Amino acid sequence: MDTAEIMRPENIVYRKPALITDNVMHYCPGCSHGVVHKLIAEVIDEMGIQDSTIGISPVGCSVFAYNYIDIDWQEAAHGRAPALATATKRLCPDKHVFTYQGDGDLASIGTAEIIHACSRGENIVVIFINNGIYGMTGGQMAPTTLIGMKTSTTPYGRDPKINGFPMVIADMISHLDGTAYITRQSVHTAAAVRKAKSAIRKAFEYSEKNIGLSFVEIVSTCNSGWKMSPVDANKWMVENMFKKYPIGDIKDVLKDAPAL
Amino acid sequence: MAEKILMKGNEAIAISAIRNGVDGYFGYPITPQSEVMETLMKERPWLTTGMVVLQAESETSSINMIYGGACCGKKVMTSSSSPGVSLMCEGISYMAGAELPCVVVDVMRGGPGLGTIQPSQSDYNMIVKGSGHGDFHNIVIAPASAQDMYDFVDWGFELAFRYRNPVVILADGIIGQMMEKVEMHEQKPRRTAEEILRDAPWATTGKPASRPRNIITSLSLDSDIQEVFNRKLAVKYAEIEANEVKYTEYLTDDAEYLFVAFGCSSRICEAAVDELREAGIRAGMLRPVTLYPYPFARIEELAGKMKSIMSVELNLGQMVDDVRLAVKGTCPVGFYGRQGGNIFTPEEITDAFKKFNNLK
Repeated sequence: MDTAEIMRPENIVYRKPALITDNVMHYCPGCSHGVVHKLIAEVIDEMGIQDSTIGISPVGCSVFAYNYIDIDWQEAAHGRAPALATATKRLCPDKHVFTYQGDGDLASIGTAEIIHACSRGENIVVIFINNGIYGMTGGQMAPTTLIGMKTSTTPYGRDPKINGFPMVIADMISHLDGTAYITRQSVHTAAAVRKAKSAIRKAFEYSEKNIGLSFVEIVSTCNSGWKMSPVDANKWMVENMFKKYPIGDIKDVLKDAPAL
Repeated sequence: MAEKILMKGNEAIAISAIRNGVDGYFGYPITPQSEVMETLMKERPWLTTGMVVLQAESETSSINMIYGGACCGKKVMTSSSSPGVSLMCEGISYMAGAELPCVVVDVMRGGPGLGTIQPSQSDYNMIVKGSGHGDFHNIVIAPASAQDMYDFVDWGFELAFRYRNPVVILADGIIGQMMEKVEMHEQKPRRTAEEILRDAPWATTGKPASRPRNIITSLSLDSDIQEVFNRKLAVKYAEIEANEVKYTEYLTDDAEYLFVAFGCSSRICEAAVDELREAGIRAGMLRPVTLYPYPFARIEELAGKMKSIMSVELNLGQMVDDVRLAVKGTCPVGFYGRQGGNIFTPEEITDAFKKFNNLK
């Protein structure tokens, strides 16, 4: 098979999603953000909802998410994305509205906004990237940082006596009546990527049913912040992060509802 | 026939929002302005005009809900009082940076800190000089009656959309709580989706194949790009300063002495002018209706004819700095104020005036 033959359209087995722009991504090699962006772009494209989707990007590494997915975007102040999403969805109920937030943004400065958006049952999708660290500002402790984990503001490891305990946001919000679907996924293997994509698709589909907020947590790596190679970061995530943040569905009101 | 109803200034804001086809109100309770949201909740405009009304979990959240709504090209507003508006400053700066239209109502109370719940004008510096970080201006309009509260909602949105800029209605506890006759117009429809696409082509309305994606952001990271943007803002502000200055004058034609007062203070000051006139003293008053842009040129012009000018405010002397800038030293400038939620009487003003001018 020569190059020309390989490049024939019928031989293409993988391509860049139609809604991912040609902008050069600023994410570090090995970072999970790029994979999650790809999955969101694929879901929006496959559902045919590009013209009705509004994304809201956070402050943090994914502040520039708006450069990469070809939809309309709002860039929020740190932690406030669920407030923007609330008004956007209520004022434009026919749109698909999602926020894309990291753990510093959502689990620290934005706790009030996410908890009350969940409590009100806003019909939005929240994609929550949990890598246990502040990536953009240089690897400081996040609310999700594991006990003993070294960061630039916990150089001797997170000590609960000084720094408190990691917050398990997805489990916390599962107790709020306004949430419809809460799941925790990862993108470290091909199988995990496929499951994460199904979860994101389900979240977008649920947001059309007006049954409450859908929340997809992606346990992610930040190999730069963790100071590991991408391969070691994946291994460390499986061995450590998954113990505190186990993968799987936490709540699904349609599945969990007792049969009539 | 225009309908006339006796109502509080705060109620006038709410009724005007509905009648002017506002798309959304997002707020958080705080005295002395809670009647705005209470009136909206009682009226339930979502059943009639389709207007969204939502009680947020904080002022931080309500201003960011406004941010999201404004991104969609909608007419959205919030209201609060001084401590709540302090919390909104972050969001106001972001909206100025993203060039988003919105109307924020500040029904001022005494500060600093938790302060009092009585009327004050001590947010002048915060709102007029910069409510939040960065290089920007709010357009600031100051109502002096319940009718103004009603009328300024529509005017505020007109300015906000014309300049893609936050507009603050800077009211106070007196104007918010005082009941007066308010003349109301017929219900105006909310804008249709097509009208929003026409008037706000920049809005996040969902990207069709026919246009590039719309991104609302205030982030640059590149100094040169940010500087170009800030200079673009400067051009806009110059246009606002050239076209939108508004003030009223009371007995200034033959005046030898001038008062400058805004909002509720201008109502009380007017009575002080009348008392001085009865005593044979030719006093007059200028009331800035827009606080940004400020009527510098007109005050400078009047200063040339005056023996003195006195700024009368419910604070320690904030607007008086702008009066001094306008006067440029051509005549003495005095100040009289009450603080902490206290209100002056016309007699207190005339006494302070006579003392400042060495008059009996």
